[in-house]
Amino acid sequence: MEFLSFLLRRVGWSLLVLVGLSMVIFFIARIVPGDPARMALGPTATAEQVEALNDKLGLNKPITVQYAYFVGGLAQGDLGRSLLTERAVNDDIRDTFPATFELVFATIFMAFVFGVPMGVVAANWKDRWPDTAVRLFAIFAAVTPSFFLAILLQVLAGYVLGVLPTTGRLSPDVVYTAGPTGLLIFDSIAQGRWDVLGDAVRHLILPATALAAATTGQIARITRASMIDTSRQDYIEAARAFGVPGWLRLFKYNLRPSFVPPLTILGLEFASLIGGAFVVELVFAWPGMAAYGIRTILQKDLNAVMGVVMVSGVFFVTVNLVIDILVGIVDPRVRIRGKRT
Amino acid sequence: MTAPLLSIRGLKVRFTAYGQVNEVLHGVDLDVPARGNVALVGESGSGKSVTMKAIMGLLRTPPAEITGGQILFRGQDLLTMRERERLKLRGTAMSMVFQDPMSSLNPVFTIRDQLATILKYADRRLGRDRSRAQRLARVHEVLAQVRMREPEQVAAAFPIMLSGGMRQRVLIAMALLSEPELLIADEPGTALDVTTQAQILKLLKDLVAERGLALLMITHNLGVVRETADRVYVMNKGTIVESATTGAIFAHPREEYTRDLMAAVPRLTGGHRYGTQGGRA
Repeated sequence: MEFLSFLLRRVGWSLLVLVGLSMVIFFIARIVPGDPARMALGPTATAEQVEALNDKLGLNKPITVQYAYFVGGLAQGDLGRSLLTERAVNDDIRDTFPATFELVFATIFMAFVFGVPMGVVAANWKDRWPDTAVRLFAIFAAVTPSFFLAILLQVLAGYVLGVLPTTGRLSPDVVYTAGPTGLLIFDSIAQGRWDVLGDAVRHLILPATALAAATTGQIARITRASMIDTSRQDYIEAARAFGVPGWLRLFKYNLRPSFVPPLTILGLEFASLIGGAFVVELVFAWPGMAAYGIRTILQKDLNAVMGVVMVSGVFFVTVNLVIDILVGIVDPRVRIRGKRT
Repeated sequence: MTAPLLSIRGLKVRFTAYGQVNEVLHGVDLDVPARGNVALVGESGSGKSVTMKAIMGLLRTPPAEITGGQILFRGQDLLTMRERERLKLRGTAMSMVFQDPMSSLNPVFTIRDQLATILKYADRRLGRDRSRAQRLARVHEVLAQVRMREPEQVAAAFPIMLSGGMRQRVLIAMALLSEPELLIADEPGTALDVTTQAQILKLLKDLVAERGLALLMITHNLGVVRETADRVYVMNKGTIVESATTGAIFAHPREEYTRDLMAAVPRLTGGHRYGTQGGRA
């Protein structure tokens, strides 16, 4: 029961954050110099044409009225039309967001699947060679910009070794029309298209690796530090004194209480992960929101910018909400304290 | 007189740190008879905890090294027996109560989970067969033995939901899980308030009487000893400086150090007696 109220409170806060985000981005987008109508119509358009388009878009109205229109549309799930693509922003995002979503999730998955075991290994063999190896990796992963790693991987795996595809989400010879969610991995499993699944995974490996490296290093470092801290606790010594086997002490008694910091770090890193995804998408010609987002920003395509930012914002807030729930599951102290306050 | 349950003879331990070798136990002799109630008293750094860890086999080697002596449990030397055999004793026939109730229980698992896991592996080492349901029943049983009024509820709780006194009793229950013959208690209740500590000491004393186990209590507080122990060993700087029955030691402390320790016992009534014995530096 208390978990439900904890959840509702968190959702409430998340909505508040999104409202704040929408305001900030809305006003910033309008303060930035440049005339959207002029940019959309091009240099040959007449002043009357520009004025007519501004009227049509409502850009001549007071900014607060414009914001009211925007929120009204948002409440109905309508993000308006894009000047750039001349389509509904909803459709543009529906076409591009699943690719970004898939990339970011593959990244989080990789960061955890590799980062946590690395941290465990480093903590268990503290100050010995496995620890040194993990720490070296973490430092290199943290200081290598993702675009550089992306290009490096592309050259190495794509051209030198020729083992993995370097661009796009699917090979051109794979015949496939997108399923209901637009997530290739999910849809192909649902439809039993194993060939598509294999091809999609092969395409995901390089961009996800490029994007995951820094986060993997971070998670390994945080897991290591957290577990070393926990290993000095009396309850670990008590478990040893009572004959709980070493592997159980490591993976259960130590890892579980140490798991909250890496989870929290992931939530914080998530924003930079979305930013990094935009860069990686460009290098790998990944048909995600990145190319769309960047073009719309340069063109001052206001509705599309708002759409991209809001979708990213909802994504960020949702992931952090899920992380908060996971933290509550991992550590009962959070749940129980949450009840009292 | 029969052989004692636990008998330590000439135990020497040294530590190596940063190339410096430091002997911390210089030949400790100590006996705990079956069903005996023995206290080991000394100030911080006197070597009590090292003695306890050596008995339980919890010294980290390195930096520690046992350089001499014997630790006989039921006549068998723990220091020369095979590791497998020793693991069968630790946490089962000889068990310990941890000192700090706030930090000795894992915060993210229920009491039931922690106790049942310990029991599961104790059973496995001893080749005993017990179903999960039987293990849980045993967990509830030991929680009742440490005077928990609602053992099932305590078992289902996370440590943070319990008071300090309750957690200390859970730690005692943990030690009782596999019917130990020898219980070693390291400063039990020092982290608690005086009233709760008194309850814990009373509980330990009652358990010793009820269950016929032997207790080796490690403490710096002679006041605690007076209430519970039959026999006292006083330790200072890595050697036993005095040992006698509790009555004798309080009536006629032979060593100056023992008298100093007694003088340091806080009293609720009367003036304090610090310095009246001619302290030592």
